[in-house]
Amino acid sequence: MSALRRPGTMLAFVFLAVLLLAAAWPSLFSATDPNSADIQQTLSPPSAEHWFGTDQNGRDLYARVIAGVRLSLLIGVAASALALVAGTVIGVLAAQGGRATNTVVNRLLDILLSIPGLLLVLLVIAVLGAGTWETILGVALITTPGYARVVRGEVIRIRGAVFLEAAATLGWSRPQIVLRHLVPNALGPVLVLATIGSGTAISIGSALSFLGLGPQAPTAEWGAMLSSSRDYFTVAWWPAIFPGLAITATVLAITVAGQFLQLRLEGRAPR
Amino acid sequence: MTSLVEVENLHVGFGKVHAVRGVSLRVAAGQSVAIVGESGSGKSVTARSLLGLAGRGSTVRADRLEIDGVDACGLPEGKWRRIRGRRVGFVLQDALVSLDPARTVGAEIGEVLRTHGTVPRADVDSRVVELLREVGVPEPEARAAQYPHQLSGGLRQRALIASAIAAGPALLIADEPTTALDVTVQAQILQLLAARKATGTALLLISHDLAVVSSVADHVLVMKDGVFVEQGPTRAVLENPQHPYTRQLLAAVPVAHARGTRLSPSAGENVAQPRPVIGTDVVLAANNLVKTFALPGHQSVKAVDDVSLELRASETLGVVGESGSGKTTVARLLLGLERPDQGTVSVDGAPWSASAAKEQRELRRRIQVVYQDPLSSFDPRYPVHRIVAEPLAVAGVPRAARRERVAELLGQVGLDADVLGRRPGQLSGGQRQRVAIARALAPRPRVIICDEPVSALDVSIQAQVLDLLADLQAQLGVSYVFISHHLGVIYHVSDRVLVMKDGRVVESGDVEQIFHHPSHEYTRALLAAVPTLDGLAVRPRQSSEVAG
Repeated sequence: MSALRRPGTMLAFVFLAVLLLAAAWPSLFSATDPNSADIQQTLSPPSAEHWFGTDQNGRDLYARVIAGVRLSLLIGVAASALALVAGTVIGVLAAQGGRATNTVVNRLLDILLSIPGLLLVLLVIAVLGAGTWETILGVALITTPGYARVVRGEVIRIRGAVFLEAAATLGWSRPQIVLRHLVPNALGPVLVLATIGSGTAISIGSALSFLGLGPQAPTAEWGAMLSSSRDYFTVAWWPAIFPGLAITATVLAITVAGQFLQLRLEGRAPR
Repeated sequence: MTSLVEVENLHVGFGKVHAVRGVSLRVAAGQSVAIVGESGSGKSVTARSLLGLAGRGSTVRADRLEIDGVDACGLPEGKWRRIRGRRVGFVLQDALVSLDPARTVGAEIGEVLRTHGTVPRADVDSRVVELLREVGVPEPEARAAQYPHQLSGGLRQRALIASAIAAGPALLIADEPTTALDVTVQAQILQLLAARKATGTALLLISHDLAVVSSVADHVLVMKDGVFVEQGPTRAVLENPQHPYTRQLLAAVPVAHARGTRLSPSAGENVAQPRPVIGTDVVLAANNLVKTFALPGHQSVKAVDDVSLELRASETLGVVGESGSGKTTVARLLLGLERPDQGTVSVDGAPWSASAAKEQRELRRRIQVVYQDPLSSFDPRYPVHRIVAEPLAVAGVPRAARRERVAELLGQVGLDADVLGRRPGQLSGGQRQRVAIARALAPRPRVIICDEPVSALDVSIQAQVLDLLADLQAQLGVSYVFISHHLGVIYHVSDRVLVMKDGRVVESGDVEQIFHHPSHEYTRALLAAVPTLDGLAVRPRQSSEVAG
């Protein structure tokens, strides 16, 4: 618990709480419509009226950054959750299945891990088309092998444990032991990994949007905003800085929070 | 006589915890001193302080702390290094974790020689072999080239002692040097230590086991809560213990006199233990069990070879043997965790080992298990109430009824209700074993397999757990298969005994007959190797009568 008293960790959790609020009720933070363009006010610098300034179409950047929270968190959380579930199933199968299953799964994971992640996502987008859910699917695909590896390792580490044998002597069947005792105990480190991984997922998602392959215009998305700011960067710094800061701060906060959870997990372990 | 250790008023603290509270001791050349105490008494911390290894976050204070003539009070780390190994050798409990797994035994011992430069570099290898021979390692040239995991426990412990004496220290500190060893190996290591003493080495022995200590030590210091509650010549302390704690320690040792009496002091002295009448119906039977395991390289080992046994209602069958004797494999076969290659197990007359997995599950509740290390047998996420209720959950008992039964079980094993919400990691060793027993009792089994259930416990906690098991047997009529390497414990709890060696039963029969008239030479060797309280077995009773 002492780690929570550290100001950095505290700040990360407060920031994440604010992000969640903004994702749930963006109107709490900004009453302005993120998509309403004002041709009179294109690229106006930050002011009392427009805190983060406006973009090339005269849209309020503060409102757009706030509106982007929901999408970024959705991509981060959904992609991680998807990868976590898929990774757990694959990892448990690899560890608990026969030698053949183990070999096949391992080689598949090796292949997936050997292809550069971004390239693989681009491949998915090329097949499925660009869009939010396609992005989520692509990001989940490239992060799944990592989770599968960790779950497999954890299962192999735990499966010889005496408490699983004890569970067998109580009368549970094999599948019951796996679901009740093996998987829950194997998940601890992976949940931490998934927390930190959702930060990675957000930055990959933003990278895809930056390339124009994520959520499509006029949706307010941080990566897409960053991308469109490039052309005006020499005359206006604010359309690039604020979405960039939002991505950085979010990923940082998630990472710090994840590390805190990791510390707690390790501290809790009695061994 | 020169004094190798002179300690006066030693205090060691860890933050707010005051682990050692003003102890004084002295060890002279050729003398052997033992510190005896239970876990948490501060005995290991005291020993480590003499090496400057009290641990992180510790504060060590003493009026006097002299090691081999060097004033070690507030010595900087660099100077300590010249004391360790050179002036004081240190032998730890478990040689498997104390020896570097990535280096050969020879390299490990050689390093000590090189570090202290006691022999010319060219002679290091030959000196290593010489040292190994000195500590009784057969084929020392070959052993020096082997890694710790390739050696048996006894050889590893010898290698560790060889590295501790390599630089020729005048003092040897041994912290539980025989605790992880089989009884016959323990006897050899104790002989080796006694031989070192005979050559003039001073010995400081740390142990929880008074019997082990009594065979080697000249002087005993009994430690409790950071102070020496009693000290004196070994014989005087054992024959005429003054402090109640020493008497309690002695009384708790399951030696010959205590059979049929309660071991824990809460019951009063020498209270007879009620023993149930052994029934006539056979609750567990095994016929000609054989189990072979494959080894790498198309080899195999017969872990269990033609083992048969019968257990009646309310009976305790002791299974005794050293590591590798196959006793744990027998337990796994009886529990249905392994299937025998040949032979059958039946529970309550119903076929068990040969049934399909599904039918086996129906019978599982009749035969339960208590392991040596309860902590590892609990799901680490579960609090106590879930652990105890789990067998009931398997049986589909409704939640409200489960809660009631869990409360009843905790009462039976003598635990307060306030442990319900705690995690096993927050409980003491004795409490954990009580939780394990409560879980085993939950489905009202006919048989409980106890696999070394008290081996990891302090002697006074061991006494309480053994008493509890006996009480439960008297109350509930449950039968035990009690597996242990500890002959004293086996003698105390068993009605009948199986002696196992290399997977076979070498002798079986009534406990009194086996212990007093053993017919097999292996049984005789085992019994001879047991460290006794030096013929003092009856003394604790007399002294307690004086005190009472």
